[in-house]
Amino acid sequence: MTLIRHHGGWVITFTFVAALMLTMLPLPDWAALFRPEWVAMVLIYWCLALPDRIGVGIGWTLGLLLDVIKGALLGQHALALALVAYLTIHLHQRIRVFPLWQQALFVLLMVALNQMLVLWVKGIIGQPPGSWLYWLPSLTSMLLWPWAFLILRDLRRTFQVR
Amino acid sequence: MLTSVALMTMDHRQNHLDTIRASLSLVVYPLQYLVDLPSAIGHWASDNLSARATLQDENQQLRGRQLLQEVRLQKLYALEAENARLRELLNSASKVGEQVLIGELLAVDQDPFRRRVLINKGSDAGVFEGQPLLDAYGVLGQVVEVTPFTSNALLITDPSHAIPVQVNRNGLRAIALGTGEAGRLEIPHIPNNADIQVGDLLITSGLGRRFPPGYPVATIIEFEKDPSQPYARVVAEPAAHLERSREVLLVSRTAEDPLP
Repeated sequence: MTLIRHHGGWVITFTFVAALMLTMLPLPDWAALFRPEWVAMVLIYWCLALPDRIGVGIGWTLGLLLDVIKGALLGQHALALALVAYLTIHLHQRIRVFPLWQQALFVLLMVALNQMLVLWVKGIIGQPPGSWLYWLPSLTSMLLWPWAFLILRDLRRTFQVR
Repeated sequence: MLTSVALMTMDHRQNHLDTIRASLSLVVYPLQYLVDLPSAIGHWASDNLSARATLQDENQQLRGRQLLQEVRLQKLYALEAENARLRELLNSASKVGEQVLIGELLAVDQDPFRRRVLINKGSDAGVFEGQPLLDAYGVLGQVVEVTPFTSNALLITDPSHAIPVQVNRNGLRAIALGTGEAGRLEIPHIPNNADIQVGDLLITSGLGRRFPPGYPVATIIEFEKDPSQPYARVVAEPAAHLERSREVLLVSRTAEDPLP
């Protein structure tokens, strides 16, 4: 029974790895400010789709990897992503039935919360970015959410991830 | 939740977590390597697939430059010998040589609000924390984090970076602060009547003992005197090609340099 229920774990791993790589992909200076929070988006999707498999623990681990990648204080992204995962799982039954644009608003809220927590930590240790451009990733994440959602859903259905 | 807060405080206050960070970086390294791969392949391809004529051309050019630089080098040797002689006369210790390790930047982006780069040499190659980073034109920054195979360096334009400098023309000492913008350094606390001109070269002063003295850092591009302000506004442009170089030099000193 458990074998059938847990199916296609490699697809989930692959999407997370892809998200981490997209986070590192070199972009020109002006475009780097627009980079969406890929990891947060993929995490939100899997929390909505498979709340019994993907949860706070995985969000926390991903956040830790993100800290190492970004050279940030160990734990700041972990804290933020764990909270995002918790809230998404808490609300997943409501969010799932929303139309795509409402989901996108939810993603905006979540990514902004994620960024807010990171900003707090940065402020506390004295490295605030000090520019409104800091919030651009929330907006781009929201705008890209419908496409990300459709791609991830197709992946999930094709490979029957359960 | 509590774990992450605890982790953050520990990371901020102490250095116990270096081992954790290093082991996690081993997990991340393959990803970073993969992201860097396309641009590395591009470089490899352009190196290997260029036409014979281009190579010959380049060879000729390089030969010409080599000759020129050899001539200059001879002059430099003579000057160095003279310098040593004079120092002996003055009875002061001579400068000690520096060892250089060549690293390559990984094409990996990090936080866009900070100026940091990832280098493909780590503690296994002998990189250490605080090691100065140069390119062919001047000072780039310093290493702030070392993991087994990679290291993370802070560029001189990072907002949290400051480097002690000296005006090459008259020896005036100052501190150059990063602004977070590419190609801009600020020099605070320069009085209005200071002897600084646009175009002056700033070199490392060696004070603070982190950077070796005498390397070019930046040239002054703006010097604005405002009588209503206590200090003048001085902006400089880094000499190193911060956003363009791919090969970097990691300098380590064989012995402590004397203070200038």
